[in-house]
Amino acid sequence: MKKGKFTSLMLAGMMAVTTLAGCGSGGKQAASKVDTSEAAQGKVLNIYCWNTEFQDRFEYFKKSGKLPSDVKVNFVVTPNENNAYQNALDAALLKQNDVPADEKIDIFLIEADYALKYVDSDYTLDVVNDIGLSKDALADQYQYTKDIVTDSKGVQKGTTWQATPGLFAYRRSIAKDVLGTDDPDAVQAQLSSWDKFNAVAEKASEKGYKMLSGYDDAYRVFSNNVSAPWVDSNNKIVIDDNIMKWVDQTKTFTEKGYNNKSSLWDNVWQADQGPKGNVFGFFYSTWGINFTLLGNALETPVKEGGKEEVGNGIYGDYAVCQGPQSYYWGGTWICAAAGTDNPNLIKEIMQTMTCDKDTEVQITKDTQDYTNTISGMNELANSNFKSDFLGGQNHIKLFAEAAPKINMKNISAYDQGLNEEFQKAMKDYFDGNVTKDKALDNFYKAATEKYPNLTH
Amino acid sequence: MSAVSKKKSDKKDKIILNIQRTLCYIVLIIISILCLFSFYVLLINTTRSHPDIQKGFSLIPGKSFFVNLTNLLKDKQLPVLKGMCNSLLVASGSAVLSVYFSALTAYAIHAYDFRFKKAAFTFIMVIMMVPTQVSALGFINQMSNMRLMNSFIPLIIPSIASPVVFFFIKQYMDSVLPMELVEAARIDGAHEFRIFNQIVLPLMKPAIAVQAIFTFVSSWNNYFIPSLLLNKDSKKTLPILIAQLRSADFLKFDMGKVYMMLGCAILPVIIVYLCLSKFIVRGVTLGGVKG
Amino acid sequence: MKRKRRSKCVSYAKWGYIFLIPFFLVYFIFQLLPLISTFYNSFFENYRVGLMQIGPKFVGLQNYKEILFNSELPIYLKNTFIIWMMGFIPQMFFSLLLASWFTDLRLRLKCTGFFKTVIYMPNLIMASAFSMLFYTIFSDVGPINNLLNSMGLPTYRFLSEVAGARGLIALMNFLMWFGNTTIVLMAGIMGIDTSILEAARIDGANSIQIFRRITLPIIRPIMAYTLVTSLIGGIQMFDVPQILTNGNGNPDRTSMTVIMYLNKHLYSKNYGMAGALSVILFIITAILSVAVFKYVTKDMVNVGEKKVKKAKGV
Repeated sequence: MKKGKFTSLMLAGMMAVTTLAGCGSGGKQAASKVDTSEAAQGKVLNIYCWNTEFQDRFEYFKKSGKLPSDVKVNFVVTPNENNAYQNALDAALLKQNDVPADEKIDIFLIEADYALKYVDSDYTLDVVNDIGLSKDALADQYQYTKDIVTDSKGVQKGTTWQATPGLFAYRRSIAKDVLGTDDPDAVQAQLSSWDKFNAVAEKASEKGYKMLSGYDDAYRVFSNNVSAPWVDSNNKIVIDDNIMKWVDQTKTFTEKGYNNKSSLWDNVWQADQGPKGNVFGFFYSTWGINFTLLGNALETPVKEGGKEEVGNGIYGDYAVCQGPQSYYWGGTWICAAAGTDNPNLIKEIMQTMTCDKDTEVQITKDTQDYTNTISGMNELANSNFKSDFLGGQNHIKLFAEAAPKINMKNISAYDQGLNEEFQKAMKDYFDGNVTKDKALDNFYKAATEKYPNLTH
Repeated sequence: MSAVSKKKSDKKDKIILNIQRTLCYIVLIIISILCLFSFYVLLINTTRSHPDIQKGFSLIPGKSFFVNLTNLLKDKQLPVLKGMCNSLLVASGSAVLSVYFSALTAYAIHAYDFRFKKAAFTFIMVIMMVPTQVSALGFINQMSNMRLMNSFIPLIIPSIASPVVFFFIKQYMDSVLPMELVEAARIDGAHEFRIFNQIVLPLMKPAIAVQAIFTFVSSWNNYFIPSLLLNKDSKKTLPILIAQLRSADFLKFDMGKVYMMLGCAILPVIIVYLCLSKFIVRGVTLGGVKG
Repeated sequence: MKRKRRSKCVSYAKWGYIFLIPFFLVYFIFQLLPLISTFYNSFFENYRVGLMQIGPKFVGLQNYKEILFNSELPIYLKNTFIIWMMGFIPQMFFSLLLASWFTDLRLRLKCTGFFKTVIYMPNLIMASAFSMLFYTIFSDVGPINNLLNSMGLPTYRFLSEVAGARGLIALMNFLMWFGNTTIVLMAGIMGIDTSILEAARIDGANSIQIFRRITLPIIRPIMAYTLVTSLIGGIQMFDVPQILTNGNGNPDRTSMTVIMYLNKHLYSKNYGMAGALSVILFIITAILSVAVFKYVTKDMVNVGEKKVKKAKGV
């Protein structure tokens, strides 16, 4: 889950929870043909989502004036806790054929980690052939954002207004102390591969700093750069070498004291980003830097009269660089549900929100959300835009360089479950409670419980 | 002589009693601190801003109480008051139905002799232990087939059959309800229903109050089943709204608001609890047993 | 129970049936039907991967074999039992102690209303919120570890240690439920005819004697109730360990409870395995119920008779 994972630790834990709903009526295939005649367009647009983010973004579409005044837009919000969102969505999709047109799902939102579950099914519509977006319009989107929602036959089934490339955000003061420089280019030169990264970790440790805060910090960087999907064509789980590299690196970091043993989003991790932290840097993506990291860096919060300026905590002490490998973190995709009676309106929404440069650049300017328009973002990157929080650096430029390099060809429909279970199982190993083999064994156990069709 | 020794032993008794009392207070205070500590943390966190909370623990209040409160109440996408009404409806509905019908069921088993009495009792005892999660899959399926999604019926009506509440009231009846009382009423010509409503129920007050609190609280805090049944804003209960707050997107995610919401969700239960707990104390059937 | 002495009851038998109707009707519709479908499913291979349905395919007892001989169910049962006992023993001890203090006429404690409210309060918070608070309090940089550090002790990573994780879950269960148990026991004690207690006191019995000889035997049915409900709660233990240990029963699955295990199968909508596991749990719980039930009924008859005698005596 993207940003939703703010949800601090506990929520993360609850992902694993239960349930289900409605299987009875069986998985009848929804008709994939779409009626675009004016008369066939419905008057109710049902949008399934897990939070109100899209509801806010939708205002940009309303502003464009393309929303017919007689269409009622229904946001069906099911919070993701306990996996409830996917359960509710699945139940509704399975019943899609049995309910009146005005109750059918028209649009639903998904996240990258489980995108293929829906993309690789007949419940989503082809955004080009069914919905009618033009290939030209989609050409200005980052390739990886399209790969994530492209099914096994090469058909694109969703589209997004965001791109979320990740970077390594480091403390300037610590870099100066350890490496003798805080210049992003010079620091990047020393962090450009994992070997170099580890060498810096050792140097940082000698000076009394931690390289990373916790176990999972670097996980995404490794898991985004695997050489094959999690599951091979025989439904066998394959642990990629790159992921085992993460295990070994993290174990070494833990034993040598290069990290603080925290987990993503927990208190230790957040505190490490603040004025009292002694951690060299954090892997963070677009949305995280200007909100989470910035918020954590301040001594006096904005709401209590603190100002976002140098002098308040460690404002201005962070800088970003590319890091050892490119990766992304987060993002929300829009899918059109098969059986919708509003294909024309969906086309307008997708067109305006994900293919229209002006709208997207406006979103970036208003909310700092990094949007999915290559030309628009490049324009911003080449402007004199700079971030005071990052000590005057133009981070948009770095994002614009990083985003095209992300390669998400090796995703699978099992990524969410397997990534989660793998990190959880390995925590025991890092904590020293079990051996590596036992941890792997526990991972396989958890994985097959979650996905009974897989073997190892 | 005997008067003197009696006085002495009285004095000794008093000292022992005082020591005992002091000991009680010490234990009670320690336990209270243990219980209240997490509430204190919750309360403190309602006054702190999001980044402040994320950075770690603090015993000192922040300055964001009113900011958090207005943020919560002003959120148009979060029908807090409506959610509170829904929760109140569901929780009180379940509480009333479960105690009334459990008492009725318990009375049937306690007061009458009939052929399947033992079988019925055994049956309820056996199903009592079946974990609710066991039938959850089938339950949601069935509710959806019965077109009861986004309805409060599947949340309220099933509490009529609450084996645990039944069991408690049954046990209580066994220890305090004398059949003589019932028979006396019968001789006076009272109808069976009237006997139950006007004689038996009042006698069961403490047990009913206790179980009403328990049922109310567990229904109030129930997230699992409601989250699968309700997705319309106008029907959502508080725990669903809390979950919704916690899965908010990065622009809006605000732990201060989450804690404020938790605080608001706890307040009504504490009030209900205070009301009912007084009722338990007052409702003790001092005169009842003796008739 | 009182059948012989009251032949008149027979004529009222139909009321027994009538009063039972609502319970059984509702139970049948809302609980039994779903339960039956759960049991039926246990004989099929039937699960979902993504939106892809596998099965249902009849596989006989395959699911049962898998769980009984090929899973770690006994370990999870043991975990559940250990964690339950760790919470139940202190819970029973403190509840009895407090209930007897609160109702003791000689002690006449002040502010009992306040204490009674306070001890029940942990039960008012949602388990998820309570776990969240506990996680904060016992985190590596939380107040408890700050306290340890300031006393010169090293940081104890509660949730990364077997004893720490189990202990925390038990502590939370204890805190959430001892107030509840205390109130239940109080309701039982307050239902006792005070004249019996007064008579005993006049006869020179002290508080402890009265408690052991009179109060305890009379509230035994209520204590049986707390035992049974706590056992049910124990078997169904889920929210707290689920949230506190990230759904995995870390470390090394040592705090994985039975329902957490069941939940893992529900997650993949594995109706077959979840169904089989449910049936096995159902059988285990039914045996437990019958055992406890036997014990309880024996008890009830005794108490009932004693009471009648006493009532006559007074």
